[in-house]
Amino acid sequence: MAHSQAASIGAHSATSHGAGGDEHAQNPNLQHHFYSMAQQLEASTLGMWVFLVTEIMFFGGMFMAYILYRHLYPAAWQLGSHHLNVSLGATNTIVLICSSLTMALAVRSAQVSSRKGQIWFLILTIVFGSAFLVVKYFEYAEKFEHHLVPGPTFNMPTEEYPNGIIAPDQEANHQQLFFSLYFMLTGVHAAHMVVGIVLMLVILAMAIRGRFSASYYTPVEISGLYWHFVDIVWIFLFPLLYLLGAHLGAHGG
Amino acid sequence: MSEHVVTPVRTYVFTFLLLVVLTIVTYLVALQDFGVMNTPIALAVAFLKATAVVIYFMGLRYNTPLTKLVAVAGFFWLIILFGITISDYVTRSWIGVPGR
Repeated sequence: MAHSQAASIGAHSATSHGAGGDEHAQNPNLQHHFYSMAQQLEASTLGMWVFLVTEIMFFGGMFMAYILYRHLYPAAWQLGSHHLNVSLGATNTIVLICSSLTMALAVRSAQVSSRKGQIWFLILTIVFGSAFLVVKYFEYAEKFEHHLVPGPTFNMPTEEYPNGIIAPDQEANHQQLFFSLYFMLTGVHAAHMVVGIVLMLVILAMAIRGRFSASYYTPVEISGLYWHFVDIVWIFLFPLLYLLGAHLGAHGG
Repeated sequence: MSEHVVTPVRTYVFTFLLLVVLTIVTYLVALQDFGVMNTPIALAVAFLKATAVVIYFMGLRYNTPLTKLVAVAGFFWLIILFGITISDYVTRSWIGVPGR
């Protein structure tokens, strides 16, 4: 995917170019076209935010589809959401919040030149990120078992709708639409998590080699921005997908 | 210049606790039936959580005005996307044109 490349290019954009005899270049990590380390960090941060804006619009298109079809088929949306596993979704929300905390602390460790802190907090971030994907795997497996994956085998139980109306036959198509968007949104989000974990492994390898300190930590900082952005996407996915039908009563999933 | 600012650990831990509490709140609220208000409440909490992440975890408050503008513009453009598309679909039924 184009944005995953952009993210990793961003992470590597600040690798050393050599001082090049520039009078301003006291730090070997300062690229020749920047005036100071502060300006270099500023430029990288701005570039990363521009990339994140394209990501906002990328996910925004799918959220738009969600809003539109929810407006057209509200009952199918409520019932579909009711079949999602709220406790697994909530667990993953907490797991991602934990990973965001460890990510922020990893960036902070780099800012205070703590190599040990960077390594441990990056490992914790990778562990939390992987835990998220493991939970996601079990959720997806459950959906396959219950025939809730859109396609020829899709078969959602014909229960009573919240307002007491029996689900009409054509509603099955609307429910497939909900689950299509569920798999698309969470699937693309999970793909971003995989990219994020690979990114963290690269940053971890650089941190182990002692590449980052208070004078140069741009790659940790902007990789952190990416990680937090993926967390923000989930912050919106959780209420929109899982909590929408939660009040309809206890359901096994 | 963000390189001179190191956020205290306390701030990060407080942000983390705020996010956990808000997650529990939004879960408990979702179990109740508030009719049409369920989604607005859930989205309000989600916006609050996202804002906390952007300001504290992503440290946008230490960035330059230009970076802040770019970040806000991203969400502003999203509102344009949502606003214009919704205004289309919602108003289609107002006039009896074929193919609506």
